[in-house]
Amino acid sequence: MMGFDQIPTAFYFFLAALTVPFIAQGILRGLFLLAIPVLCAWNVWQMGFGEFATLPFFGFELELMRVDGLSRVFALIFCLAAFLGNLYAWHVRDTVQQVAALLYAGSAIGACLAGDLITLFFYWEGTAIASVFLIWARRTEGAYNTGVRYLIVQIGSGVVLIAGVALFYRDTGSITFENMTLGSLATWLIFLSFGIKCAFPLLHNWLQDSYPAATVTGTVILSAFTTKLAVYALARGFAGTEILIYIGTIMTLFPIFFAEIENDLRRVLAYSLNNQLGFMVVGVGIGTEMALNGTASHAFAHILYKALLFMSVGAVLFRTGTSKASELGGLYRTMPLTAAFCLVGAASISAFPLFSGFVTKSLVLSEAAEAHYKYVWLALVFASAGVLSHSGIKIPFFAFFAHDSGLRPKEAPRHMLIAMGITAFLCIYIGVFPGTLYAILPYHVEYHPYSMGHVVGQLQLLCFALLAFGVLMRTGIHPPEIRAINLDADWTYRKAAPSVIGLAARGIAVIYTRQMTFWSNRVNGIIGQLYHSHGPEGRTAQDWPTGAMVLSIAALLAATLVVAYLG
Amino acid sequence: MAAEEVHHVALTLRDHLPVLQILIPFCAAPLVVLFGSRTLAWPMAFAASGLAFLCSIYLLMQVIDGGFISYHLGGWAPPLGIEYRVDAANAFVVFLISGIATVVLPFARASVNEEIPQKNHTLFYACFLLCLTGLLGMVITGDAFNVFVFLEISSLSTYVLVSQGSFTDKRALSAAYDYLILGTIGATFFVIGLGFLYMATGTLNMADLAGRIALLEDNRTVQAAFAFIVVGIGLKVAMFPLHLWLPNAYVYAPSAVTAFLAATATKAAVYVLLRFMFSVFQPDFVFGSLAITWIIGPLAVLAMFIASFVAVFQNNFKRMLAYSSIAQIGYMLLGIAILNVNGLTATMVHLFNHGITKAALFMAVGAIILRTGTTFYDRIAGMGRVMPLTGAAVVVGGLSLIGVPGTAGFISKWVLVQAALDNGWWWMALAIMLSSLLAVVYVWRVVEALYLQAPSDDVVHKEAPLSMLVPLWIMAGACIWFGFDTDITLGAARTAAEGLLAGSAGMAEISTAAAQAAH
Repeated sequence: MMGFDQIPTAFYFFLAALTVPFIAQGILRGLFLLAIPVLCAWNVWQMGFGEFATLPFFGFELELMRVDGLSRVFALIFCLAAFLGNLYAWHVRDTVQQVAALLYAGSAIGACLAGDLITLFFYWEGTAIASVFLIWARRTEGAYNTGVRYLIVQIGSGVVLIAGVALFYRDTGSITFENMTLGSLATWLIFLSFGIKCAFPLLHNWLQDSYPAATVTGTVILSAFTTKLAVYALARGFAGTEILIYIGTIMTLFPIFFAEIENDLRRVLAYSLNNQLGFMVVGVGIGTEMALNGTASHAFAHILYKALLFMSVGAVLFRTGTSKASELGGLYRTMPLTAAFCLVGAASISAFPLFSGFVTKSLVLSEAAEAHYKYVWLALVFASAGVLSHSGIKIPFFAFFAHDSGLRPKEAPRHMLIAMGITAFLCIYIGVFPGTLYAILPYHVEYHPYSMGHVVGQLQLLCFALLAFGVLMRTGIHPPEIRAINLDADWTYRKAAPSVIGLAARGIAVIYTRQMTFWSNRVNGIIGQLYHSHGPEGRTAQDWPTGAMVLSIAALLAATLVVAYLG
Repeated sequence: MAAEEVHHVALTLRDHLPVLQILIPFCAAPLVVLFGSRTLAWPMAFAASGLAFLCSIYLLMQVIDGGFISYHLGGWAPPLGIEYRVDAANAFVVFLISGIATVVLPFARASVNEEIPQKNHTLFYACFLLCLTGLLGMVITGDAFNVFVFLEISSLSTYVLVSQGSFTDKRALSAAYDYLILGTIGATFFVIGLGFLYMATGTLNMADLAGRIALLEDNRTVQAAFAFIVVGIGLKVAMFPLHLWLPNAYVYAPSAVTAFLAATATKAAVYVLLRFMFSVFQPDFVFGSLAITWIIGPLAVLAMFIASFVAVFQNNFKRMLAYSSIAQIGYMLLGIAILNVNGLTATMVHLFNHGITKAALFMAVGAIILRTGTTFYDRIAGMGRVMPLTGAAVVVGGLSLIGVPGTAGFISKWVLVQAALDNGWWWMALAIMLSSLLAVVYVWRVVEALYLQAPSDDVVHKEAPLSMLVPLWIMAGACIWFGFDTDITLGAARTAAEGLLAGSAGMAEISTAAAQAAH
């Protein structure tokens, strides 16, 4: 029997998703969608640490509810993100998106609280399947194709995961989701699967491909869960794995250049998301208590300011119908509040003192310095400057200032403003009172971000980056915002590989079509024969005369007797 | 003689549960006719089957961890007296049968009102109860001849129940007639087999028979008895190619009858087959017999494929399900043919899981018939949109039929594949997968018809009444529930399988006494 002391928190989301279609669209449903995350956050909060729900499953004990410091902070921020996302999407009257958002958030929270690898796998796939509907909900052909590519990658990650889990079980006889050491094929597979979801370099293209393709509100929700879930999984499973430090460093660096030249602002944000993930991965790689604290707190702050940035750009897209830097500019005149919120988000992601990014990123940075990773530390500092340039300045500058595009859209709708306002408030609050966030981190924190050296150092960095941006713009060296498609590594599989294959295919085509005709004729023939014998009029499906039926009994009896006597 | 011992002293109602299990529906049947009231017929039938269900739960709880209850009818000790012997294997099947009856009856009310004229209602419910009595009796009894008696009670009432479909389609009459002829031949073979056994051993109590057969070793009479019993019961099981009565009987019977029979009748017969193979003839005897390897095994695999192919090409929902039943029975027989603990467990679990799955699906068919009057794919097109809850139940049942993880069907197929792998028969595991793929095709065809086409205008655009939806969803919910909670199903099935494979050791008490007496 199911031995639940407590209904797993994720189930509340699933139940709510089942209920939503039966609640009339409008205020009631909107309030319901807002209430669920609040309820669940409270549920996780008051539960205390421990393991609450186990479920026997084919001789395994599935642990559906493992609350500890690490999982709790992620579960809480996911609830918060679901709340903010739903508030931002108040105007959406699309049941599919509402249900998908709930299922998606529920799966992500469930995955964080999963105590074993099999449960993790179920939720892992759950996030993939639920989230793709947020992309498809845009209902364009491009979005459909993107969604399919996204789904293939995400499901692929799940398949790799379950393969790894199966091998892991064979090797160790355990399915508990604990810290693992890389070494066996099993752990490498699990690592790879986490890496796909975490958008490791060269595995990252699904992210920039899909997030900008989703609906205005869908992107906000997408940005919160999948990758942070992967960060959590890495922190749980591979904390202290050194290779992660280098992977993370590369992750912080390479998206900068793409983000710098990208024209679509939502794609810029997707690249910068990738870059921010790098900081968290480095934290996991260092693996000390303080570094893990850094990862968790950075994930927490990051979800908020990234959501805020996606919200503000989304509001622009919502009002103007475009998010291309080349078509925007000067919107601060008519969307002043959105512009202000965007600036708060930008300041947070750039880690200005008194904003959330400052108090969290520095945890990771100082741990890198502490552990004597000199070059890693330098790279991270460089990446921080890059962040300022592409997210901190570029996004607000090209959307709300720069040259006047002549667009005079209305201010964002009120619920979007409220959602952005709350998020902006949280960004500043965390920046000013970091103690609140530090208190819910997995380990005890003795850290004071507002030391003189740190503040001055960060300000120097920021000022020089600002200066550099100004100089570049003045001298016209800064890459202009033009309509262009940037080639990333996915060019290899979306363009190059097809053209090479296309060439080869022409040669193979002739043989192939001949083979196909031959085999399809064969298959059709077999199906035809099967239909002839098994179809409704076929011999095996016909009504037999009573006598023939009796004969079959006699024949079978004879056969059985003969066999029995032979034996 | 063992007969002199009086083990059984029944003092409380609880001690009489095994017989109450049978007596309640058995006495309710004539009462329904005697009262002759159309309004009282259904409540009485429902009350009787509900009470029987409660008895079965209580019995199952007592034996699920092994052990058995031996009830001596009228206080006459076996082997002279008739013995009811309840162990995990038959308590589990009794639980299934009475449970299905209790769920199907509320469903039947609206369906029967629609399909059968009012004047027949009292007789219909009386027959239903008799059929239930027969099925329960043949499962619970420990006396070989008693099995035959109950088999006939259930069969005769089944023929009547099937023929009640004639008010909507006259072909029900010929279907019932064919079933009558074949069923009678099957029962005759069975009783001939019993005759041979009696001739060879001089007893009819199963436990006693087991002990005596073990002493006879290579006896031609016993081998002939084995062949006759396997073929005779094989017909009731609808073992391929003895399945020919089944499609028409299922298709033309009233919806409620099909839902009940499909979930119980063949399952009870599978149980009897198991009981005779392993408890009467010993596992050693069965292991030595080539009939399993050369007859049951290959025919099971043939059924899995041929019947599935027929189901794939069907254009009638109800007939498709009938053929799918034949294919699924193939899985159960395959579990027997694999001949290890996992194999028998798979048979027992699949017997249960397939029972609830088919009950859900045939009830959904009944609900659709209520609105469209037919089950041809072109006529039920788009009904999934018109009847969302019924359609969803079809999807759930269909998934369970395929064996998708998270449904009951998955559990049994999983155990079956494990059993095949235990024997090193990887190709058999492959065959199970392949035939599951055929299930995907035939289920998909229904889903396609129900959802991907526009509903036609000349059918009633209305969801089924609540009295149908609730039982339907109890069964559909059970398909999901037992896909996760495997304690009852797998637990009972494993205990049952171990008991069966232990052969006469599972019936130790009396067979040792009999063996001593024979010396």
